Amino acid sequence: MADSNPTLVNLTIEGRPVSVPTGTTILEAARHAGILVPHYCYHPALPIAGVCRMCLVEVEKAPKLAPSCATTVAEGQVVHVHSDKAAEARTGVLEMLLINHPLDCPICDQSGECELQDYTYQEGRAEGRLRDPKRFNPVEDFGGDVMYTPNRCILCTRCVRFMDDVAHDPVLNVSERGDRALIGKFEGKDLTHPWAGNVIDLCPVGALLSKDSLNKARSWELDRTASVCPNCSQGCNMIIETRDNTVVRLRPRANHEVNQYFMCDHGRLSYRWMNRQDRLDVPMVRSGAALTGTDWELAIAEAARLLSGKRAFVLASPMLSNEALFLLSELVRGTGGTGSYRVPHGEEAPLAGVEDLARRADRAANGRGAELLGFTRSDAPLGALQAGDVLVVADEELAGVDAPDIAKASAIVVIGTTLPPWARHLAAVVLPVANFTEEEGTFTNLRGRVQRFMQAKAAPGFARPSWYVLSDLLAAMGGETGFVLASDVFAELARSRAEFAGLSYDTLGLKGRLIAGAAAPAGAGT
Amino acid sequence: MGYPHTPHARETTVLSKYFGDREAITLEGWKKRGGYAALKTALGMAPGDIVSVVKDSGLRGRGGAGFPTGVKWSFMKPGDGKPHYLCCNADESEPGTFKDREIMRWTPHALIEGCAIGSYAIGAETCYIYIRGEFTEPLVRVESALKECYAGGILGTNAMGSGKTINIYVHRGAGAYICGEETALMNSIEGRRGNPRIKPPFPAVSGVFAQPTTINNVETLAAVPHIINNGAAWYKQWMRPDNPKSTGTKLYSVCGNIQKPGNYEVPMGFPFKDFLYDLCGGPPPGRKFKAIIPGGISVPIQTVEEAEASLMDYEGFVAQGTMLGSGGVIVIDDAQNLVKQIARAARFFAHESCAQCTQCREGTAWTTRILERIVAGDGTPEDLDTLLDIGENMTGKTICVLSDSCATPVASGIKKFRADFEALIKKKKHHLVPAVA
Repeated sequence: MADSNPTLVNLTIEGRPVSVPTGTTILEAARHAGILVPHYCYHPALPIAGVCRMCLVEVEKAPKLAPSCATTVAEGQVVHVHSDKAAEARTGVLEMLLINHPLDCPICDQSGECELQDYTYQEGRAEGRLRDPKRFNPVEDFGGDVMYTPNRCILCTRCVRFMDDVAHDPVLNVSERGDRALIGKFEGKDLTHPWAGNVIDLCPVGALLSKDSLNKARSWELDRTASVCPNCSQGCNMIIETRDNTVVRLRPRANHEVNQYFMCDHGRLSYRWMNRQDRLDVPMVRSGAALTGTDWELAIAEAARLLSGKRAFVLASPMLSNEALFLLSELVRGTGGTGSYRVPHGEEAPLAGVEDLARRADRAANGRGAELLGFTRSDAPLGALQAGDVLVVADEELAGVDAPDIAKASAIVVIGTTLPPWARHLAAVVLPVANFTEEEGTFTNLRGRVQRFMQAKAAPGFARPSWYVLSDLLAAMGGETGFVLASDVFAELARSRAEFAGLSYDTLGLKGRLIAGAAAPAGAGT
Repeated sequence: MGYPHTPHARETTVLSKYFGDREAITLEGWKKRGGYAALKTALGMAPGDIVSVVKDSGLRGRGGAGFPTGVKWSFMKPGDGKPHYLCCNADESEPGTFKDREIMRWTPHALIEGCAIGSYAIGAETCYIYIRGEFTEPLVRVESALKECYAGGILGTNAMGSGKTINIYVHRGAGAYICGEETALMNSIEGRRGNPRIKPPFPAVSGVFAQPTTINNVETLAAVPHIINNGAAWYKQWMRPDNPKSTGTKLYSVCGNIQKPGNYEVPMGFPFKDFLYDLCGGPPPGRKFKAIIPGGISVPIQTVEEAEASLMDYEGFVAQGTMLGSGGVIVIDDAQNLVKQIARAARFFAHESCAQCTQCREGTAWTTRILERIVAGDGTPEDLDTLLDIGENMTGKTICVLSDSCATPVASGIKKFRADFEALIKKKKHHLVPAVA
């Protein structure tokens, strides 16, 4: 089959026939065939360095072992990754890397997710032969969120290449020579680039660590959940790491259509709100001057009663999922009301070396979704509120909104994760919902890519997923029976909205899909 | 050679003929001695013909690797629409080697003429002479010679009235051994850290500024004008009849425990024994040779027996377990602590490792630590096997050969002079610290 295609090269790796395009490296070809060639300095998003010498493989008829990251495939090559010769070379490299590397895994944050640890367990010598003192260098603060422990550094230069070739902000270098060498900073510079935190993930060992997550958790204690960063409209794919129902760290998840292997420091470090302790955990209805806890049926019934025969004015947060926004838009449609949203702003910060990747000015995940679902973007979000409307505030704290605007409403229904101070006096019904880490759903990013996020932790008390609460509310208002699964809500969304036609949780997978006609420039955002 | 002593009768002075002759330093003096006739001839030839003559002459790289010069030049494809570059490697840093320095000190125009011919032959309009940072006098001499050449119309946009452009620039290194490695040299010229590059791509495909580039040693280029003047057959008169692979004359720098150190020029195939005892006067009085390193510190150490049986050319030294290398002959006599000498060599490599490849960065330093510990009297019997095993890991696995170069004297030293190491280990002074890591 491959023989007929002149652009494919056929070779054998570990006895498996592989066909890859001309110019592919042996390492990548092996990966195609499901064979991992151990490596440190190689990273698919960075230029080839070929310095760690870990990926040496035996190529039949070649005089020397070849660095598989820097050697392109040739027709008929026979490559051995696990031959004695290649394995011995790796054992040699591992021993060399450990000469000056402290054996402080028990106190190292990288422990458990350290490639040096992994490969040493796999192929390293059982005992070291070093009888001499190790070289010592003190820990250094690299600025930003990054701390450098030079003793653990294996000088793979991934961090240097990231700053040079991806961030286009040369801050790091290799200083000194020989085993005195360490990663240095250029005079007067710090790792303050908005994307600099990625060097922490790129570092295969515990040399570059996050100051934010320093000594917080052992990696094996963490639960990992596939998610999407909600902190701007880029929609970088990420992993939420939780321990004891608390988010402790966010890390990028590779998606070549969105964020390659990266996420910005803003997104990475903006997770504390996900752990807020002042959460709403029980449905409440107004009884005189006070809000009183009640059960879900009564609260939903009260909200439905207030809304019946009234126009709903929905002020929705652009941090809500497509599912929740869809059901809110159904509420607007059913009552002949209005939907509105506002988006917080910040400065745009692109990652120069990756096309169309930036920390976006719109600091919310789903502004595009809100727009697609018929909500009107406004910096004065209650401007169109008419006297007599029922104001439905969905996960918006209304910070900065004038009280007189609110006063026009005939009743206020709060659907939220927290209770804003004004709501204590003005809300008629309060429905507690899960925040985005506690429910599943989808966001639509600024390019129209619909991406799923999963539930990473449990919601507090009686709080329920937002789509669940809204579907109950619609049901109570005489709509159809409530939905049972988030995927059912999305299926209904895909059925009824042309832009989402053809999409389902199954087809979205973990990398997302574009909405119909998404090639057009994003309408949202300014 | 002519400096500091008069040439020995058995020397063949081609490159070193004017060493010590102050007048030869200047353009005028050089022209009087037949200088720039070869360039004039060459500029009238087709570049391909020059390459053929050099190929025929059998001239091989004098920097250490011994790659045939004409073949290297033929890799530069004419008319590929790209700027070509010639780099002259004058970063002579190999310990024990000081021949290029003398060429630049006494006959800078010989080098410039060679560079100009080489540039024209490979279609380069620009040549960089990369001079070692520590070379002050050679730098001054070459720079003033270049000034004379530009003033005299030999270089520039109309080189010797030929209408051809040949520009030669001096680039001064900052004192790193590794910048003598050709790809590190190119990085250094570009203003980058002097780290060797992965090959392929080879310099002839993507060299300095990612353009086709040829790198030649000073001595190689200085030999080219003689070949143009006298022809390939003339150059081939100097070779062993049974070994046509090594031709011409070679400069050797001799240092260490020997009566008459200095630079010597002998034809290929000259007996090393005669060279050591006759030309260089043998060991100091009352001493005996113990070990010889014939080609700069990175080639394997020879025993005296091996050295005395060697014929001085690329193949002759290989036959006796070592290499011609750069021609830096280091002589060690029986009054020396050989282990200490080897430890010193290892320390040099540990200091100069560029720190890219793991085996080199860590291996050179580890080797040094073990050797210095043995010298200090803290060695253990296992250390020697460890050293050999480290050496094995350091050989043939890295981007450049600095790592191999460090392992070579250590491994050959242990193999050939194991008793010296063992004697030091037996005399152990201190208690050993327990193993860590």
